[in-house]
Amino acid sequence: MKRILVGIKRVVDYNIRIRVKPDNTGVITDGVKQSINPFDEIALEEALRLKEKGLAEEVVVISIGPAEVQNQLRTALAMGADRAVLVEAAGVEPLDAAKIFLKLAEREQPLLVMLGKQAIDDDNNQTGQMLAALWDRPQATFASKVELAGTTARVTREVDAGLETIEVDLPAVITVDLRLNEPRFVKLPEIIKAKKKPLETLKPDALGITPRQRVHATHYAAPGTRQKGVMVKDVNELMAALAAKGLV
Amino acid sequence: MTRVLIVAEHDGRQLNDATAKCVRCAQGITDAAIDVAVFGLELQPVLDAAAKLDGVKRVLAFNAAQNSHALAAVLAPQVAALAGEYSHVLAPSTTFGKDLLPRVAALLDVPMVSDVMAVESPTRFRRPIYAGNAILTVEVRDVGTLLATVRTASFEAVGSNGSASIEARPVTAAAPSHTRFVGIAASGGDRPDLQSARRVVSGGRALGSAEKFQLIYQLADALCAAVGASRAAVDAGYAPNDLQVGQTGKIIAPELYLALGISGAIQHLTGIKDARTIVAINKDADAPIFEVADYGLVADLFEAVPQLVAALQSRAST
Ligand SMILES: Cc1cc2nc3c(=O)[nH]c(=O)nc-3n(C[C@H](O)[C@H](O)[C@H](O)COP(=O)(O)OP(=O)(O)OC[C@H]3O[C@@H](n4cnc5c(N)ncnc54)[C@H](O)[C@@H]3O)c2cc1C
Ligand SMILES: Nc1ncnc2c1ncn2[C@@H]1O[C@H](COP(=O)(O)O)[C@@H](O)[C@H]1O
Repeated sequence: MKRILVGIKRVVDYNIRIRVKPDNTGVITDGVKQSINPFDEIALEEALRLKEKGLAEEVVVISIGPAEVQNQLRTALAMGADRAVLVEAAGVEPLDAAKIFLKLAEREQPLLVMLGKQAIDDDNNQTGQMLAALWDRPQATFASKVELAGTTARVTREVDAGLETIEVDLPAVITVDLRLNEPRFVKLPEIIKAKKKPLETLKPDALGITPRQRVHATHYAAPGTRQKGVMVKDVNELMAALAAKGLV
Repeated sequence: MTRVLIVAEHDGRQLNDATAKCVRCAQGITDAAIDVAVFGLELQPVLDAAAKLDGVKRVLAFNAAQNSHALAAVLAPQVAALAGEYSHVLAPSTTFGKDLLPRVAALLDVPMVSDVMAVESPTRFRRPIYAGNAILTVEVRDVGTLLATVRTASFEAVGSNGSASIEARPVTAAAPSHTRFVGIAASGGDRPDLQSARRVVSGGRALGSAEKFQLIYQLADALCAAVGASRAAVDAGYAPNDLQVGQTGKIIAPELYLALGISGAIQHLTGIKDARTIVAINKDADAPIFEVADYGLVADLFEAVPQLVAALQSRAST
């Protein structure tokens, strides 16, 4: 079966202004809105479009996290994914997340694994590349266009110098960038239907993985804030201020 | 023993400034033994530039046809094969380094630290998380070689008065054939490079069209500045993707940053936190960009920017 696996990470919603706990042990997440990582929504949207075009047959969403990530997986099922896998584990480092994805890739034999280019909580930007290495398969990171043709994919990548195009043999790992597509909205009937779709829950040890902590978070700080500056009343005043600082 | 390897970034002709910034970061880890590895084809100018970087001891040249494009799947096994000789391997936190280094880390079965902004000790680093809204200190334990990407906006480039030795190294790892370079569409031209420019002028959604975005280019020309854009401006097609500034675009640290018709979303501000002076022009006095601007002007940019261009041109001609 032509299958696509999609990573769905639950993160603090991108609209929330993050605050560091007063004792510097973390950021405040209690009572804060959690959502699907925006890049993962885009990855899912792309997988669904490939399925709708007949280029894939099944879309499976995977999340590693606490039991509550069920909510985000249900949303993903409502968007159109066929089934979900929840791997219950908290605070998993990208390398272990990649190992979990590898085990599931070996089990599911997908055509593609589509992940976000980064999770907007830790901003690591590592998991897809690590999975591709462990799986010994191609990686196409920062994708802004994906075209499947038979046993290959042609992917346009947003790189610092512009737009790079590469061709990769399938199966492959693709990590997606923001401009790949605009995810669909979920409709109410879909939410109800999604409740009946299969959601499998397992623990990492069922996959033979014991997550390790090797990058220890020792301190969280609020970033240095910039001083609010001055308001100028017109362009002349602006020019004068910049000239006084030697900037023009 | 502490020995740092830096994977150089270049475009085949020129060494990218990001490499010199990684050397500065490496100097916070060790005051000796910094090597630079260069992968590519026919690299002499790049090798010469790398050998001049202050603080670099050796430049290792991996000259081979398979390295002519920086494909992570091709380069990662070569970097991994070299990593055993080093306590640390660094690469810039650019799309090049972000693509490559995690792949190397997985081959070595070690975790990795992304976007190092400060070195507290050889195993302890600070890095931004949540789009820079929190700064995390991490301590790395139980790894052989420690891999990290360097947030280049946090480090000054080292000078170019050095004279490292250049050693040609054989390329032995077989290149995988599953990944093939097709082409690159660079929008660059001969404008100052956004990531290293001392002045940057950025436009946002307010510009309204690609034609009107030319106003940003006019101001940039008058200032000899690079051009940047908000995500909204790029999404709308007013500016190419490589001009996006912010959490998911480029992180920059120019001396002067002008934000024109940009509201100042947190994801945008992440990209300009280290700018020395920020100027904002926006017609909404409550726009969040004014919270971080050193100089703010509430005005219609279609009136203010032409005035600014004229004022700069008349200064230049006097
Ligand atoms: C995961 C994620 C990652 C993101 N990454 C980035 C990123 O890297 N970079 C980025 O920029 N954004 C990023 N964004 C998007 C970000 O949240 C904002 O949507 C975006 O920055 C808004 O762009 P803008 O300021 O141009 O547009 P708007 O927010 O629409 O602001 C336009 C501004 O122009 C002003 N204006 C309108 N007309 C005029 C006029 N004639 N004269 C003067 N002022 C005028 C308005 O008052 C307004 O303040 C990201 C979002 C997400 C979810
Ligand atoms: N815990 C997780 N659960 C599901 N997907 C994940 C998880 N961690 C990482 N990913 C996937 O990997 C991408 C990159 O994450 P990161 O490397 O942490 O920035 C994310 O956008 C997800 O698609």
